[in-house]
Amino acid sequence: MKGIPFPALLGLIITVLYFAMAVFAPWIAPYGMSEIVGDVWEPASSDYLLGTDNLGRDLLTRMIYGGRNTIFVATMATALSFTLGAILGFTAAVYGGWIDQLMARLNDLVMSIPTLIFALVVLSVMPVTLPILILVMGLLDSTRVFRLSRAVAVDINVMDYVEAARLRGEGQRWVIFREILPNALSPLVAELGLRFIFAILFISTLSFLGLGIQPPSADWGGIVKENREGIVYGIPAALMPAVAIVTLSISVNLVADWALNRTTSLKGGRGA
Amino acid sequence: MPEPMLEIRNLRIEATVYAPGEKPFDAVIVDDVSLSLPKGKVMGLIGESGAGKSTIGLAALAYGRGGIRLTGGEIILNGREIRMADSATLRSLRGREVTYVAQSAAAAFNPAKRIMEQVIEATLHHGSLSQAAAEDRAVELFRTLSLPDPENFGKRYPHQVSGGQLQRAMTAMALCPQPDLVIFDEPTTALDVTTQIDVLAAIKTAIKNTGVAAMYITHDLAVVAQVSDEIMVLRGGQLVEHGSVHQIIEAPKEEYTRALISVRSIEHQEKQPTATPLMTVNNVSARYGKSGPNVLNDISVEVYPGQTLALVGESGSGKSTMARVITGLLPPREGSISFDGNPLPGALKDRSREELRELQMIYQMADVAMNPRQTVATIIGRPLEFYFGLRGRERDLRVQELLDAIELGEGFGDRYPAELSGGQKQRVCIARALAAKPKMIICDEVTSALDPLVADGILKLLLNLQQREGVAFLFITHDIATVRAIADSIAVMYQGSVQRYGTKTEVLTPPFDDYTDLLLSSVPEMELGWLERVLERRKMVGAGN
Repeated sequence: MKGIPFPALLGLIITVLYFAMAVFAPWIAPYGMSEIVGDVWEPASSDYLLGTDNLGRDLLTRMIYGGRNTIFVATMATALSFTLGAILGFTAAVYGGWIDQLMARLNDLVMSIPTLIFALVVLSVMPVTLPILILVMGLLDSTRVFRLSRAVAVDINVMDYVEAARLRGEGQRWVIFREILPNALSPLVAELGLRFIFAILFISTLSFLGLGIQPPSADWGGIVKENREGIVYGIPAALMPAVAIVTLSISVNLVADWALNRTTSLKGGRGA
Repeated sequence: MPEPMLEIRNLRIEATVYAPGEKPFDAVIVDDVSLSLPKGKVMGLIGESGAGKSTIGLAALAYGRGGIRLTGGEIILNGREIRMADSATLRSLRGREVTYVAQSAAAAFNPAKRIMEQVIEATLHHGSLSQAAAEDRAVELFRTLSLPDPENFGKRYPHQVSGGQLQRAMTAMALCPQPDLVIFDEPTTALDVTTQIDVLAAIKTAIKNTGVAAMYITHDLAVVAQVSDEIMVLRGGQLVEHGSVHQIIEAPKEEYTRALISVRSIEHQEKQPTATPLMTVNNVSARYGKSGPNVLNDISVEVYPGQTLALVGESGSGKSTMARVITGLLPPREGSISFDGNPLPGALKDRSREELRELQMIYQMADVAMNPRQTVATIIGRPLEFYFGLRGRERDLRVQELLDAIELGEGFGDRYPAELSGGQKQRVCIARALAAKPKMIICDEVTSALDPLVADGILKLLLNLQQREGVAFLFITHDIATVRAIADSIAVMYQGSVQRYGTKTEVLTPPFDDYTDLLLSSVPEMELGWLERVLERRKMVGAGN
């Protein structure tokens, strides 16, 4: 842990904490996920650390299980969008010509439709299950990653070392994974932090609109939706997910920043 | 002795270094350098990159580039101490008493403004001349610098004139405010030799006519010998030797100065062509895109096994395109190439792995020719894996052998390119090419980005390797000195055609064709008065016609 700057360390600790909570939710949560334990919107007490929600369920428990769902979906969607977007983007850049044109224009086409509307349309005709959610979010997000990775790869593709690899007779797979990918990592890592947070916001939005994770399963967007009327009466339950999202996004990006610093320094492939 | 116009005493310059993985620390860039420059004299500053010559030049304007601090000593310009001067004082004297000519005029001009506007800008800013008077002066300077159509030259935009003309326009810009001192920072380094000689002559005339003092910074001793009265040799921010131009060139005292002068002293026994050439290029023409003019016109050359063919020419002559055609990156439009007795497919994708292996390439910029994320061992080891299927210990042994061959010791295998010096990088590129056991290596300007002494080492290494491995070189360069050092045969290229082709002796022995004559006579020689002699001779030839 030595040598990690303080902000990165803080970010790392909070991020790990959130992910640990997500993974070990059943063991950490004080009550059952949909167990009604008290009155509606009870204030925070020693029994219910964050109070109870609109049905009298323990809010902390809901937050923990909700985090589990939200973080899982966001992580999987981000992983999917990066794998797909980066590979397709690099491929387009490396092959060039009409393949590149076709892929790039198709991508533009998809991007021209607002993501949220696209997702709402797709999800309203498909059964809303976790795999489908992840797939829809991942595919839609991969357009952004495609654009970034294609732009980055086009620049790297004209470097002499890539030409040297081509002259050696290397296949496209080597060029993409061994020559371009390691050098494109910095902007991709920076984007990864951002995209993950956008994915969390996106799944929360979908749930808030009722097309995301379905009750009685908890998720952060759903908690806002269920408790939104409480705000009128001064009940802070609906704000808890906001706090969670803010802290998680700042932490993830602190870590991404640090990773970026480590990988950007082209003067020293070792990374300082 | 007249009062010195510029006097620098015990100058010390420092900068903060942010090395990866270390705490920032202060490094001394220039240490205890003193000089004095009387009016009308030219001081040459010479040294390799990192010698601090540009930094000293800019210090005469009391300016430190990017975090550089002038921490000690005195800089006295016209009797005023300016190192500690406030910015208002500096503003009033920069561009009026002292001006600066940068290396790349193309990057220093604003492309959106006409040349005249930029040339007289400083003069108008300081209000020393009226608009009309300044324009008259600029036209006068254009004439002195022998720019074409001096009355209308200023109406053009920077992209409408050539690189050499732009460099002269920049000199006019520096001379326009009638400064007392002009700093020339490598003004001809980016130019072709045939252009360089014109710019040099123009600068020299202009200095003489206007009577300014000048500081001329360059790494090319032969150039500085033509324009300077005195020379300072610098190394690592310290003064090595200071003397009159005669003394430095004819009787250098220090070892380092002697090394600089005797550089390119490689003796190479020219080999005669053997019966069967390794590679034959037959009437090749090529162009970029589907239409567009031919970049190469009907080129025919041969490379013999274990010998070196040098392709010489200025920028735009098609040398590098030639390399692209031979490597298959740009299939020829007409003509054919045969290699080792067999026809070589025009396009890269049609070539077999064996054909690719036998033909390797070394690039000009070693920095970008190596993947910054791979270690030296990976870079050198990959061709071994790829062509010969070597793995594990076998591969490591061979990598070490290759590292030994390029005179790098143990421990280099774990380094990343960023952890190597310029010369070491180029050596690793050579090892990568050698790893494939090629029959021929294309060397594209491999030494032109390197300091003379380092370049010398690379050339010696290449010659040794040729002797040992019997590999042929196609050596692309614009530098005649390099050609003399290494070539067995030479092809002089001009605008996409071969002007002159033959063995080294044939090509370098008169009678010359016009272009070869121009090219050869433009190469600066380490000899006083060379510039005047060449110009005199050209004038006589011109008058005779």
